[in-house]
Amino acid sequence: MSGFTLGVRLLPRLTILLLVLPVAAGLVGVVAPAFGWLPALGGRTWTLAHWQALWQAPGLADMLRLSLVTGLASTLLALAIVLLFLAAFLETPLFRVVRRLLSPLLAVPHAAAAIGLAFLLTPSGLASRLFSPWLTGWTQPPDYLFPGDPGGLALIAGLVLKEVPFLLLMSLAALPQCQARERLMVARALGYGPVSAFAKAVLPGLYPLIRLPVYAVIAFATSTVEVALILGPSTPPTLAVAVVRWLGDPDLSLRFLASAGALLQLAATALALLAWWGAECLVRRLAAGWLIDGGRRRGEATGRVLGATLTWLAIGLLGASLAGLILWSLAAYWPFPAAWPSPMTLRTWREAADTALGPLRHTASIGLGATALSVVLVVGCLEAETLRRRPLRPGAQLILYLPLLVPPVAFLYGLVQLQAQLGLAAGWLAVTLGHSLFVLPYVFLSLAESYRRLDPRWGQVAAALGASRAATFRRVRLPMLAGPIAVAAAVGFAVSVGQYLPTLLLGAGRLATLTTEAVSLASGGDRRLTAVYALGQLALPALGFALALGLPRFLFRHRRQLLT
Amino acid sequence: MTQFTLPTAPSPLILEDVIIRHGDQTLVAVDARVPPGEVLTLMGPSGVGKSTLLAQVAGFLAPVFQASGRIRLGDDDLTRRPPERRRLGLLFQDPLLFPHLSVGGNLAFGMPVGGGRRRRRQAVEAALADIGLAGFADRDPATLSGGQRARVALMRVLLAEPRAMLLDEPFSKLDAALRDEMRRLVFARIRARGLPTLMVTHDRDDAEAAGGRVIELA
Repeated sequence: MSGFTLGVRLLPRLTILLLVLPVAAGLVGVVAPAFGWLPALGGRTWTLAHWQALWQAPGLADMLRLSLVTGLASTLLALAIVLLFLAAFLETPLFRVVRRLLSPLLAVPHAAAAIGLAFLLTPSGLASRLFSPWLTGWTQPPDYLFPGDPGGLALIAGLVLKEVPFLLLMSLAALPQCQARERLMVARALGYGPVSAFAKAVLPGLYPLIRLPVYAVIAFATSTVEVALILGPSTPPTLAVAVVRWLGDPDLSLRFLASAGALLQLAATALALLAWWGAECLVRRLAAGWLIDGGRRRGEATGRVLGATLTWLAIGLLGASLAGLILWSLAAYWPFPAAWPSPMTLRTWREAADTALGPLRHTASIGLGATALSVVLVVGCLEAETLRRRPLRPGAQLILYLPLLVPPVAFLYGLVQLQAQLGLAAGWLAVTLGHSLFVLPYVFLSLAESYRRLDPRWGQVAAALGASRAATFRRVRLPMLAGPIAVAAAVGFAVSVGQYLPTLLLGAGRLATLTTEAVSLASGGDRRLTAVYALGQLALPALGFALALGLPRFLFRHRRQLLT
Repeated sequence: MTQFTLPTAPSPLILEDVIIRHGDQTLVAVDARVPPGEVLTLMGPSGVGKSTLLAQVAGFLAPVFQASGRIRLGDDDLTRRPPERRRLGLLFQDPLLFPHLSVGGNLAFGMPVGGGRRRRRQAVEAALADIGLAGFADRDPATLSGGQRARVALMRVLLAEPRAMLLDEPFSKLDAALRDEMRRLVFARIRARGLPTLMVTHDRDDAEAAGGRVIELA
């Protein structure tokens, strides 16, 4: 066995280790303190006292309800929007337009989207300015609580906005796998309208393929910290935010409470997943008869209108949020209800240039490090798959999703504990490795399809011409896949830039990135500076995508067939 | 036989100066009238646009092509109508049975709405018996042989009560032995129902079995 083959065989194991070990160790590391064992803070007796304290924490029931309701409602809404869009527009010209609009939207970090939405819909935000005073009669900002409404509507809206592009992208990758085109054609030739044809012929094949991404969305939405900090209510907040507050409290004894809370968060997310799974089973039973009742056009018009409206509403809201951020960053004096700031100035940008340089450097270096590590591991895994001519087993697929299915709040604090015990310094290396946990699955998800679909005969041609496996990989597969690899790297970089909690916890709060700065500024009063940081947070991934799309085009400008 | 009756008397399928272009290049040009119960065969090697023509008649022409001319069923102009409103039975090269439904479910999918659960079930059983697959209703389509799948696919199309049939190389993926049997079955059904039929193929035996007019494309 050559060195290359040996190395490639080892990489999948290393990847699995890198994904499973931290999550498992982190969970273990949080169990002990939850039951009183944390010698560093004087906890040397096993006790249930911290659980009792948790039950008596003010507003615990509200926190739990808020986490579950916002998580499930936003997932349901996002999934409904994606499916209605596909039902109404699959195989139409508009489909291709929206598809192109979508990939850049996926790159918008959660925090930036949340800040943009908050600035858009807040009482003195762009939306109310646009309709005031001519329509609403408001000359003062109206008095409503948004974001931060106690019902969590703002939080739900923010989550939906960010999850729609993700679920749509996952669905687009799954559509060819379930022969969506053929299914749609058969059903329509049998007289089914587009929406019915999608619902009855395509969806039953599509859903199983996007189930894991949907579960990842539920796990994220029930346990998000940064989006809930910006858009969610504060008294009481969601459970995940409460846990992070307890973790950051100067009173160190609250760490025990936080550990119990982290485990409760794990249970809450598990409960949400279980509820969703139960609903899936119910829907499957109830729909069995409906699938074959021969109904061909029921709800056709409603589905189309709803699909179009919701899709454009989502795209419009995201677009308006970004426009609002740009205006705020340029505003000097912007009294209500003026819809346009005047005069406009670059002062905020100039001021931020000094302070933002450090965070910018951290963001970029952590992102590049985590992305490089992830791309090497993922390409190694896929190459191993190619050599073995056998795709990943379903269990391995699940492991890839592990960091996306376990709430980060639940295991990251445990990791911090271990980090302290093992004497590892909090800082760049720990944060970069922590980011890789979340970057790697996304890199894999975005690269796997292209890698697996590359015609195996290219490799066979090379081997028949005498190329070794290493040479085949380096001189045939790698260049042919340069485009998809670059895009996967850009996706990974965007994910890293958007990370909040791992940066905060593993960096012990000392490693400031654009994201941590933007989130902490968002709770303060300076909208202009917040907007600058949010835009910076957004510009980095955008730059990454521009490079990923442009560089292969430049390098292979005389190889037209590679650029399809 | 099924208890469904044809709602209207069969009309001829008419292709009026149908021309399909790709850029400046003309792919196919056909002007033809197919009387009820007859099969018009379009013959030609692969790549001459046979299937593209069929896609245009069915309503699935890809946007990269431009088409002119009219497609009519008797006096009914179908040219601008979406595929699901044309009521043409399209039989593909592959059986394309839905993997998420049982064999019976696939047939029920083709049946028109209504009739109540029990009546629909009976109609499915009868249709299965009709193609020699009695008792197969609850089977997974994946457990069927190639010939059995082809028969179910044919029956699914017929249950939707089409007004004409479009066959896209329907026998090319079957074994030689099955091919003859399937040809007999398909053409017998088409004649019995008096359906005008358009078939594209590159197999001369298909054209002979169909016994109708043949247009050679090159």
